[in-house]
Amino acid sequence: MLFVRRFLGFVAVAAMALLPACARAQDYFITYSHHMEEPGNLELATKSVAGFPKSGNSFLGNAIELEYGVKTWWTTEIYLDGQSTSKESTVFTGFRFENRFRPLLREHWINPVLYVEFENINSADKSLLEIVGHDVRDDFLSRNDRSEKLREAEAKLILSSNFKGWNISENFIAEKHLNSPAPWEFGYALGVSRPLSLVASPANCIFCRENFNLGAEMYGGLGDRYSFGLSDTSHYAGPLLNFRTPNGPTFNISPAFGLNQNSHGVLLRFGVSYELGQIASRLRRKK
Amino acid sequence: MKKLLFAVASLVFATFLWAGVNDGLWIVKVPEKDRVRQNPFDQDPSAVAAGAKLFRQNCAQCHGSEALGTDKRPNLHSDRIRKATPGELEWLLKNGSMKNGMPSWSKLPEQQRWQLVRFLKSLP
Repeated sequence: MLFVRRFLGFVAVAAMALLPACARAQDYFITYSHHMEEPGNLELATKSVAGFPKSGNSFLGNAIELEYGVKTWWTTEIYLDGQSTSKESTVFTGFRFENRFRPLLREHWINPVLYVEFENINSADKSLLEIVGHDVRDDFLSRNDRSEKLREAEAKLILSSNFKGWNISENFIAEKHLNSPAPWEFGYALGVSRPLSLVASPANCIFCRENFNLGAEMYGGLGDRYSFGLSDTSHYAGPLLNFRTPNGPTFNISPAFGLNQNSHGVLLRFGVSYELGQIASRLRRKK
Repeated sequence: MKKLLFAVASLVFATFLWAGVNDGLWIVKVPEKDRVRQNPFDQDPSAVAAGAKLFRQNCAQCHGSEALGTDKRPNLHSDRIRKATPGELEWLLKNGSMKNGMPSWSKLPEQQRWQLVRFLKSLP
């Protein structure tokens, strides 16, 4: 019975990872830019991360993302997290609800976006959607344990610029446990990306250069309120590649390399996303 | 209670009035230096086809595949588009008209926005 449950769980997580999801999507896995979801559009996406710790069991963390553009300046999202750890179990680990607000309604050199999130996850979560505080590799070595509930509030200041085809984004993260007296924890994420071609080809081609985005991402923890800094923190950096099929799904991949001894050696991130345009209008028309 | 209802109704009316008054006023907000910009793809015969492809990929879900508009999204075969300068249209694509539901397309590189403008100016 236990084997069947584990097998079904693994199939569920694998299906979550393979489901076709989002298009014009975000440029990065961890970093947010100021590009909001178009109003009325629903984006379905999966963000997966595979880790291979030397002294622990390898794992596949996965987050299913539903992102909706409420207004041009307001995007709301729900994440459903799960993970599968080899030789252990496959578990649902919780949900996240987040909102992004763009206070300035014009394009500027630097475009700020305010981000607020509520997380209701447990200690088995391995989706690694952000690295904050003293999150380190050893946190992933203990066996799957869902007994500890983590209710967290998170805020981000997203700064993002577009310059000659490049997008440059910086995120500053502050996170607070709501069900424990732990101090505020901090983190950062940086990203740059650019399409392989700034000019669109007139041909209806799938593998046109403008459909590929190449970039790099770096993220890590910055300690907490009482021990702010880089000591006992983990950091990652790596290239990323997006491939957007015309009017179809977007595929993303990014190997992230640990930059110090507290980090995993390599985290392989991959995801698929798909955008459903004007979902509310479509439903209205069907009625 | 009546006062509260009156206040709410006034607020709703003012919101619609504000939206209506603002609709189309984006054009007066375009800075002069942007208004007079020339389209670098003016002499490129393939730019209309490239712009049409970008339109299908990014704009058609709101404005319709023939740019005739859908629901509350405007028809682009209009005097407003015909009379606007290329610089004004590129400015609109870059900044959007967010109060009126038009998102910013700054995620598209500037060159692609100019290709889109070329397509928009080719609409009958």
